[in-house]
Parts: sequence; C-alpha cells; structure tokens
Amino acid sequence: MTNYMLEARDITKVYHSEAGDIMPLKGVSVELAAGELTLLMGPSGSGKTTLLSILGCILSPTSGSLQIAGYSTNGLSAEGMADLRRRHVGFVFQSYNLVPTLTALENVMLALDLRGASRAEAPDLAWEALAAVRLSHRANVMPSKLSGGEKQRVSIARALAGAPSVILADEPTAALDSENGQAVMALLSEVAKDTRRAVLVVTHDHRTLKYGDRMIRIEDGRIASRARRRSMSDAMLAPAAA
Amino acid sequence: MHTTADAAPIALPGRPAPARKGMMRLPMIPKLAYRNLFHDRLGLVVTIVGIVFSVVLVAVQFGLYLGSENRIAAMFDHAEGDLWVVPLGTKSFDDPAMLSGRERHSVLSTPGVASVQELAVGFVNWRKPKGGSTAALLVGSEIREGSTLPWNVAEGSASALAAPSAVAVDSTYFQELGITRMGDRAEINNMDVTVQAVTKGIRSFTTLPYVFTTLSTARTLLGAPADQSSYTLVKAASGTSIEDLRAAIAKRLPDAEILTHAEFRKRSLDYWLFETGAGAALIAGALLGIIVGMVIVAQTLYASTKDHLNEFATLRALGASAGYINKVILIQAMLSAMIGYVLGMALSLAVIWAAEDSTLLIVMTPNLALMLLALTVGMCVLAAICAIFKVIRIDPAVVFSR
Ligand SMILES: Nc1ncnc2c1ncn2[C@@H]1O[C@H](COP(=O)(O)OP(=O)(O)OP(=O)(O)O)[C@@H](O)[C@H]1O
Ligand SMILES: [Mg+2]
Repeated sequence: MTNYMLEARDITKVYHSEAGDIMPLKGVSVELAAGELTLLMGPSGSGKTTLLSILGCILSPTSGSLQIAGYSTNGLSAEGMADLRRRHVGFVFQSYNLVPTLTALENVMLALDLRGASRAEAPDLAWEALAAVRLSHRANVMPSKLSGGEKQRVSIARALAGAPSVILADEPTAALDSENGQAVMALLSEVAKDTRRAVLVVTHDHRTLKYGDRMIRIEDGRIASRARRRSMSDAMLAPAAA
Repeated sequence: MHTTADAAPIALPGRPAPARKGMMRLPMIPKLAYRNLFHDRLGLVVTIVGIVFSVVLVAVQFGLYLGSENRIAAMFDHAEGDLWVVPLGTKSFDDPAMLSGRERHSVLSTPGVASVQELAVGFVNWRKPKGGSTAALLVGSEIREGSTLPWNVAEGSASALAAPSAVAVDSTYFQELGITRMGDRAEINNMDVTVQAVTKGIRSFTTLPYVFTTLSTARTLLGAPADQSSYTLVKAASGTSIEDLRAAIAKRLPDAEILTHAEFRKRSLDYWLFETGAGAALIAGALLGIIVGMVIVAQTLYASTKDHLNEFATLRALGASAGYINKVILIQAMLSAMIGYVLGMALSLAVIWAAEDSTLLIVMTPNLALMLLALTVGMCVLAAICAIFKVIRIDPAVVFSR
C-alpha cells in the first residue's frame, strides 16, 4: 500500500472547438506522495494548468482515472466533484482569488465554513492558519490593503485551513517579486513536510527548484521526465523552453 | 538546500470536526451577501429606488382600488337588510330607477319578513344659493330611532331631517354644492331645501355628491308618488332561510329583482370597478408597478452578481455547493427586499397621509401591507433566480485563467 494522497492514471483531455479538437493532455500519470512537494514544470501551453484543474476535480478528464485520499472521482457529478475538492483539496492561485469584500481572517473563515467548521472551532482554526503563514497581525485587513506576497500567504492559509490532503498551486509566485516568491515557496515546502499532505506546485520559475522534493516535466501533454531531488541534474533544471 | 530547513517548524492547523446536525454554523453566507450588497453603493441605491418605486406604485394603486371599493360599498356597509328588492336591470346602487309601488305591501305580507325599509334614490338638479347648478344623487330613507343612514353626522342630527325640506350633505362637497355651512339654503329640482345636518367623509365613487333626506321629502323632491321607492330593503325574521324568503318574495314580485345584500354589493362593485374599467385601470397600474420593479431589481441584482462572478467562481472552485452560492444570492435579494419594503411602506404611508384631505381615498390595510411584503419578497426572489441561472453556468476553471 502506497501512501499516495493523489493518484492519476492515463489522464487525457480533449477540447472540442470549431477549429478542431485540441488535446492538451495525451495520457498523463501522476502520483503525489504525502509529505512531499512536487514541482510541475513545462513550457507554456504544455497542459500544466489543465492537469492541475483535473487533479483538483475542477475539470473532468476525457479519459483516465483519478483517486484523491483514496476516493475515486469516477462517475462523480458536478456536486460530487465540488464535495471532493472541498474536503480534500486546497488551491493556491496565481492571482490569489481572495474575496475582496472579506478581510484576511474572513477569507480563511469562508474556507472553513465551506468545509463545515462550526462557529465554535472556526475562529481558532482560522487564527492558527494565519499564524502558520505568519500573518496574524494582518488578520483584519482587507485584501486590497495587502501586498501581493501577503495576499498569497492569506491564500495559502485559506488552502491550509481545514487540513486538506492535497494542496495544488498554479504558479503561486508568478505575480510576486523574488523575495516574496521565495517566502511563499518556503512556506509551501514547510506545509508539505506534514505527512498527512501532498503539495503540487506548477512553476516556471527556476529559483523555486530548490524547494521541490520531486520534479515532473510535462511537454506537449505528455510527461517528459521525472526526477527526485537527489538526482535533479543541472541539465534537467535548465530546459531550453522555460 | 532548503532555506527553511532550520526554521522553527510551523504549527499547521487541524481539521475541523465532521459537521453535525444542529451545529452552529459561521454566519459567512449572510456576511458575504451583506458585503456584496453594500460593496457597490450605487448599485444598492438603484436597487432600493427600484423596489421603493415599485412598492409605492403598487401600494397607491391597490390603495386606490380598496378606497374605491370602500366608497362603492359604503351604502351597503351602512344600510341594514338581508334582501334588496330592486328594479329589473339595476346595475348598481348609484343607477337608480323606481319600483312599481306595491313592493312594501307584498313583502310585508310574505311570511318570515321581520321589517321593511324603503329607499328613494334619484338624480336631482342642485341649484347653488349663489347661482349655478350641479347634479347630485338624492338618497331618501326612513329616518327613525336607530336609522343607519346617513352616518358620520358631524353637525346637526339625522333626526333634524324630519323637518320639511331638510337635507344632509357632506362637508367635503360644500364647495361643489356652493354652500359654506349648516343652515345654508339651496334648491333641489326647483324646490327649496335647507342643510340641517352635515356628514363627514361620505363621498361617492361617481363623484356626484350624495344628498340625504327622509323618504317622504325625497319622494316630493323626485316627484314620485307617496308609495313609490327605488329599493325595498327586507330584514328576515330570525331563523328564516334567506334563500326561501327570496324565492317567496320573487314569486310575489315578478317585475323586480330580489338580491341578497352581498349580491347587490358585489354587483355594484363589479359594475363600477370592472364594467366601467375604473378598477381595471388601477389594477393595470399596480401590475405595471410590479413589472417595472421586478425588471429594475432583476437587472441590478443580475449586474451585481455579474460583478461578483469571479468570487462565485472562486467559491465554486473551493468546493462550495450550488446551494451555498444560491443562498448568498438569495439573501442578498432578501436584504434588498427588506430595505426596499420598509422604505417603500414608509413612503406609501406618507403619500396616504398627504392624500387624506384630498378627494382621493387611498386605503392601507394590514392585508394589503402583507400582500406588498409578499410581493416585494417574491419580486426579489424571482430576480435572484435570474441571477442564479447566470451563476450556475460559471465554470470554476476560470479561477486559473485570470
Ligand atoms: N477551455 C479551453 N478550451 C480550449 N482549449 C483550451 C482550454 N483551456 C486550455 N486550452 C488549451 O490547452 C492547452 C494547454 O493549456 P494550459 O492552460 O493547460 O497550458 P499551461 O501549461 O498551463 O500554459 P501556461 O504556462 O501558459 O499557463 C493550450 O493549448 C490551451 O490553448
Ligand atoms: Mg497555466
């Protein structure tokens, strides 16, 4: 028995359009182990976001199978998918996607409310999550008053709150300066040390490489290479297209 | 090499306990609804103005409708009787003709009749003391101890009408009748009359002033024979079946119509409100108010939902159920409904209060207030459903493409 938090087998995705069919994923298998941060890299248009959306139960694959925390997504309705991602997946987006009318703390509470936290336990859990991203002092600030790095840390707190099995981040550092980007990656790698959780980060940024335990390269909808941290060679870390 | 390898390990938050039934939830849904609503102040103002406009328009139209009903039915609400003997083809109380004259006798000889009261009603020409004349509706009734016509006597008394040529008019018609006070004289159909009583607030729906007098004075002024009347009101003895009595009287009076009190009341209402189209116009106005209000609310709520579409997509991506999102939109709509209703009702009451001394009668009843509340809420819920249809179609995948 593996301790994979997420297992995807032979995922394909086809978009039908008037100009013809597009197949951004052509049979991808990924497994995410608890306690590890996996980096997903690849050129623009190679299917990273599409894969992340499928792994997070936001998109349905055209074919292939997906298990999250032991639950199969096979034949789930839209509501069933929403339920699964609510209970087991935390997202971190490139553009943060905080609710602009709620404070930092309230944004975290919102995620807890979605996950069914009670009025009694939610405030403590929300404060814990903000403390984990070292933003307790900014709890009652509106997102418009937060810096990009702070916003991204709130969104990590939001993803953490409720302790999901899998955290998926799509280019979480792309909108941040180098220093804030490093801080966010450091935070995500700390989060990944928890043995109850797997973290996948899509990134273009080579400065983030040092935070990964594993790296998967995807090209044109197929896995091009996989590497463990120990064996990540400089050649692998410097792909021409990135 | 991990830069954070030697940093203190962070305390990760735990997992919430599984949801239990009856557990207190966080008030995040109403909070989101409230923040969304007040986030866009201009949109909120437009929504509220739309609802207030709609509530006031509908309140005034329905209030006028109820006021018309009250005016048309006023005679029925004050005349006491179980059955009305009316000339064939009578359309309403204010459309009088004369019966043949033998009704009183026939009715009184019918078993089960407790008492009979006759009314002589007719259009008359009222000549103002300072010249000029106007039409009026003369209502002559048997005025005795306990008579209910006329009512609301503010000056003088109903019994003073027993004096020859004495009439009662309403103070709100003084100007139209060209008089200024009790005791003023005028002419009806070229015969002298004196105002011996003044009522307050008896106005007709047709706007023709009512002039009250005794049955005998009315017969004189109308030039009718001493036994003739327009309506014969019958009171049944207790324990008598109204339907049986109606049949018995109808057998004796084949040339007249025998209507129950409720039937004649309804016939008068239907005639003025629907055959003349007056009521239909008011109802059409009210419907217009509802439609305009609904469109404004739907439009603004839809626009607000569109403004917050990305947040709804985020909520959906975070795993919110459709019900969770629908509740946010619904509560947002209900909040607008409540604010709009309260302001709309306040403004309606102000309009009604301002119209109190005018010739318009606008009526607000608890039932109308409740109906308006139901309507406002219904309107907002319908608008919310339109917005929900928009949100249902959002693809949570858009959260990655911004
Ligand atoms: N909804 C869609 N309909 C049609 N084609 C799509 C859709 N979403 C993505 N694609 C196509 O699928 C391919 C993969 O897109 P995807 O967004 O997964 O790439 P990516 O690796 O995330 O790129 P980037 O690094 O630029 O974010 C692209 O060719 C894209 O045009
Ligand atoms: Mg992408």
